[in-house]
Amino acid sequence: MYGFSGKILHIDLSDHKHWVEEKPEEWYKLYIGGVAMATRLCWENIEVGCDPYDAGNPICIANGIFAGTPVPVGGKYGLASKSPLTGMIGDSLSGSWFCISMKRAQWDGIVIHNKSDKWIYLFIDDDRVEFLPADKLLGLGTFETEEAIREIFGDDQVRSATIGPAGENIVRFANVTNDGRQAGRTGHGAVWGSKMLKAVAIRGTNGVTVADPETLMKMSFDITEAAQGPHTEKYRIYGTSTNMLNMNKLGLLPTRNYQEGVFEFAELVSGEYLDEHHKVKVIACTQCPIACEQMSLVKKGPFEGAMTGIEYECLQAVSSNCGIDDMTAAIRLVDIADRAGMDAMSMGVTISYAMECFERGVLKKEDFKCEAAPEGIELNFGNGPGAVILAGMIRDKEGIGELLSEGTRRAAESIDKERNTESYKWAMNIKGLETPGYDARALKTFAVGLAVGTRGGCHNRSAAYDPDIKGQTNRFTVDETRGEVASRAEEYAAVYDTLPMCKFIRRCFTGKADRAGAWPTIANLINATTGWNFDYDDVDLIGVRAHTLKKAFNIREGWTEKDDDLPYRWKHDPMTKGPSAGHVVTDAELKYLKKIYYEAKGWTEEGLIPKKVLIDLGMDDIAEEIGV
Amino acid sequence: MVASTSKFKYIVCDPELCIGCQLCEYVCSYTKTGEFNSYRSRIRTVRVDEVLITAVACRTCENAPCVAACTRNALTQDPESGIIRIDPAKCDGCAWCIEACDFGAITINHQTKLAEFCNQCEDVEGGPQCVLICPKDALEYTTPDQRSQRTRRKLVESSIEFPQKAKDPR
Repeated sequence: MYGFSGKILHIDLSDHKHWVEEKPEEWYKLYIGGVAMATRLCWENIEVGCDPYDAGNPICIANGIFAGTPVPVGGKYGLASKSPLTGMIGDSLSGSWFCISMKRAQWDGIVIHNKSDKWIYLFIDDDRVEFLPADKLLGLGTFETEEAIREIFGDDQVRSATIGPAGENIVRFANVTNDGRQAGRTGHGAVWGSKMLKAVAIRGTNGVTVADPETLMKMSFDITEAAQGPHTEKYRIYGTSTNMLNMNKLGLLPTRNYQEGVFEFAELVSGEYLDEHHKVKVIACTQCPIACEQMSLVKKGPFEGAMTGIEYECLQAVSSNCGIDDMTAAIRLVDIADRAGMDAMSMGVTISYAMECFERGVLKKEDFKCEAAPEGIELNFGNGPGAVILAGMIRDKEGIGELLSEGTRRAAESIDKERNTESYKWAMNIKGLETPGYDARALKTFAVGLAVGTRGGCHNRSAAYDPDIKGQTNRFTVDETRGEVASRAEEYAAVYDTLPMCKFIRRCFTGKADRAGAWPTIANLINATTGWNFDYDDVDLIGVRAHTLKKAFNIREGWTEKDDDLPYRWKHDPMTKGPSAGHVVTDAELKYLKKIYYEAKGWTEEGLIPKKVLIDLGMDDIAEEIGV
Repeated sequence: MVASTSKFKYIVCDPELCIGCQLCEYVCSYTKTGEFNSYRSRIRTVRVDEVLITAVACRTCENAPCVAACTRNALTQDPESGIIRIDPAKCDGCAWCIEACDFGAITINHQTKLAEFCNQCEDVEGGPQCVLICPKDALEYTTPDQRSQRTRRKLVESSIEFPQKAKDPR
């Protein structure tokens, strides 16, 4: 078998044992890698119904099919556990060296079971597994942890996935970081923290071979060249932060906790401003010829020395969404999140929630007392220094940081119960995961994509904002086509997430990003790597199967149709300014959208999956368990 | 960085342009071994921190210290190209050449236990494959003289402002 080793490494943190599971080629043809393989490993190994912090919630790492080869942007892996934020599938992706080391160590997947009773980290040295004490690594930030581990082994090619202080403290939206990239969103860092696992370090020394290296090399050269052209210009030059002004123009830029969609100071926190004043260098993940990571430095002022990669989603969450017009504070906020190992999007939306609580009198100045601000904080929108202090409180679970470290859904539940308030009305999350940087009130296809999303409020899993923004659909209205459009958009994204390949390459195969433009080339890449005989339909099915699998996982964990919902604000409070003013997604609209979406999927009215659908996708055992 | 005094061609990386993608390593190891493996690449990326990134390969030093250091006369330097060649029958992997090299451009193959270094793909059509794949043209197959000419030109361009002539010379 080429492209895979056929081996999954199982590790038990409680008794320090490990064992190898062999998988047949047919299994790989179904689940490939990335989020689908990780979700499948989670399906096979989780104790159904467990709490995300229970020993029965496994950490499932699944490599990419192209990792370790020169296939552009194929250096990615998937990570899955039950999400502490949503209680459903937490499937994340990250790029770069970690997965290359894993590929060279010849593990297709790693499943980490149970809990340790003291802080440890794992060192996987080809086929050897060591359980090492992590005492000296505790408290270190994500980058520092990686460096410290490399220092210990004296080898640059030991690559680690780590948690920072936020994960150690079990901040519910902590993430896992490797090589400066994050497996973000769903709270993996908290799962690792709950198991007292500080890091997984891997060294792999074996060469990677593929079925048809000549073809793969030629295709890689061609795609690398195409990736320097107009198809990736947006990512290479300004990075995704250029969306700040684009979304502002459309009235979709989250502003002051999604109260509005236009930010009067958008210019000051734009990608263009970042480029002119803060950009140091653009860097890439390994295996990526595009390079989108805009490394940005604060050169002077109170946040001098803060430096991290800035992209749109994190930037909007901590700037316009918090009413902050100071780019240096925004960079510092993302810098704190990245070093602490927590999700900058969820952190930003949680801070903006707290800001609105303050402005509406639900939280008072003295509620924000901490060591850095003994009197408390006047946490109005726009208070950059205050937000920076609060981010540190969340990371350290200091004072009210402890409550807010639970994310907006749980924080609002606690505050409303305790203070008899209604702050849930501005707690911006879906299934418990904080919402992304596109206001769905005026993106009605995207609205249903988000509502039904298997991992909650995530723009990466549902790409349905694309047809809305491009004008392929009327973004302000609802019609009978939207179920199909949203369904197709998420299945499209799931192909990339399963290979996985970074979606920024999508136009570089033929100039067209649609299925017809991309799938034939992707099929050829898969075939040259594995020796299989995949065609357009096989590639398309990768996405359908991956998405259905995630949904099946959620159903088994207790999902019901009521979970497919939108935040209160998007259903009841229209924006007052800009081109998207006046719109909400009404309950009736949402109900209709969900209905036509389930129909488009071939699911039941309650959103359950018929046995036949699962069997047709080759997942008979899943059909047996949850099919109707 | 230590400057080479070489009159020979060599492969050089501009740290301002290098994005750290390592495609040079994948392509190099494939060209030399048929497998993709950074450990077998004769050019290596160096990432000191998040932004200080570059790649290093053999710089074909004149009177190469690795050749002088070899106790078994396993290394020779081509007088025309400056490329270092190894006699695998003589090399015993003692790594003195590695200690002699100021650039860290030599590695010991962990399977064969022999020294390995860049030979500028002298036997490959199209020349150094790493230079061909480099997506940002950070890698260059060049001579010290070409480098210094380019540096002078860049300096003048960036520090002296003259009125620009019309874009369309007609």
